[in-house]
Amino acid sequence: MKRRLPFILLAVSLLFMVLGLVSGDFRAVLEKAKTVCLECIGIG
Amino acid sequence: MELQKKRRWYQAVAAVAFNAYLPGFFKGGIYRGTPKGLCVPVFNCYSCPSALGACPIGSLQNAMASVRLNLSLARRQFGLYVIGFLGVVGSAVGRLPCGWICPFGFFQELLFKIPSPKFGVPRVLRYFKYVFLAVLTILLPLLVLDALGGGEPWFCKWVCPAGTLEAGIPLALLNTSIRGQLGLLFAWKTAVLAGFLVWMVFVMRPFCRTTCPLGAILGLFNKISLWRMTVDEETCTLCGKCQKECPVGISVNETPNSPDCIRCLKCEKVCPFGSIGHEFPGRKPRASAAPSPQEVHP
Repeated sequence: MKRRLPFILLAVSLLFMVLGLVSGDFRAVLEKAKTVCLECIGIG
Repeated sequence: MELQKKRRWYQAVAAVAFNAYLPGFFKGGIYRGTPKGLCVPVFNCYSCPSALGACPIGSLQNAMASVRLNLSLARRQFGLYVIGFLGVVGSAVGRLPCGWICPFGFFQELLFKIPSPKFGVPRVLRYFKYVFLAVLTILLPLLVLDALGGGEPWFCKWVCPAGTLEAGIPLALLNTSIRGQLGLLFAWKTAVLAGFLVWMVFVMRPFCRTTCPLGAILGLFNKISLWRMTVDEETCTLCGKCQKECPVGISVNETPNSPDCIRCLKCEKVCPFGSIGHEFPGRKPRASAAPSPQEVHP
């Protein structure tokens, strides 16, 4: 089981990524990433 | 090429590769192309003028901050892309990116080269990164909402020294409209950055060891990831050279896959008996070619 665990986690994570991509998460990340993050730079 | 020299090259090339949009420094703005939506497996602020990808910790906070708003609007966006990305990196290689390609880790290692007295990190501080992860990166963005139902990226806003260094200061210098809006929060963040910069001179990678939420997440995978450190207990003499050389002070022979290990492989290089190595499925365990204890002490 211990040897299989990373493979299972990898498969589940890949599934999460695909589901996220399908549901529009990538677009949400892109929208945030291409806007200057006011919190990051200290304006708030 | 000697392994640590090779690692330096990886770190330098990665720092440039993740920040290759140089026009940003002339325009005083940031890169806005579609690849910016791709998360990078390192701590690199996406508001840095030259950043090409998305910081996974900033993205995770923003995903958490919008979960409840998305639920109320019946949108099915729960941050699965970012969570899945972190899971893929973690379950494949654990904290390997911290030691080999993280620009902020590289920056800390360079500052540590400044001649000065050197110190360790009290053990209790190592657990603080999990508090920063759980409270500032996940819970507060998820639970504290404004009037419109959205949360804030608390770690980015109140702590992240990489954001101040890579984005805040460059944009303040390059962009007059941003410079005009700076206030107390920027002063606070600059003070946090200054504190870390001083700490980095005296302590190896203090941010990675005590604060980094990305390191905290990837470190949780170290024990179970496909890429793993190995110790041959038959040849290990418990001489302690590995722990002495380890930049994050791990007892390598006891916990080779400790959550704090950044997998820089310095221990592998210094082991006089070649007892420390690493493995990956499909490849035989690899260790440095060193004599066995019997050969050294016949």
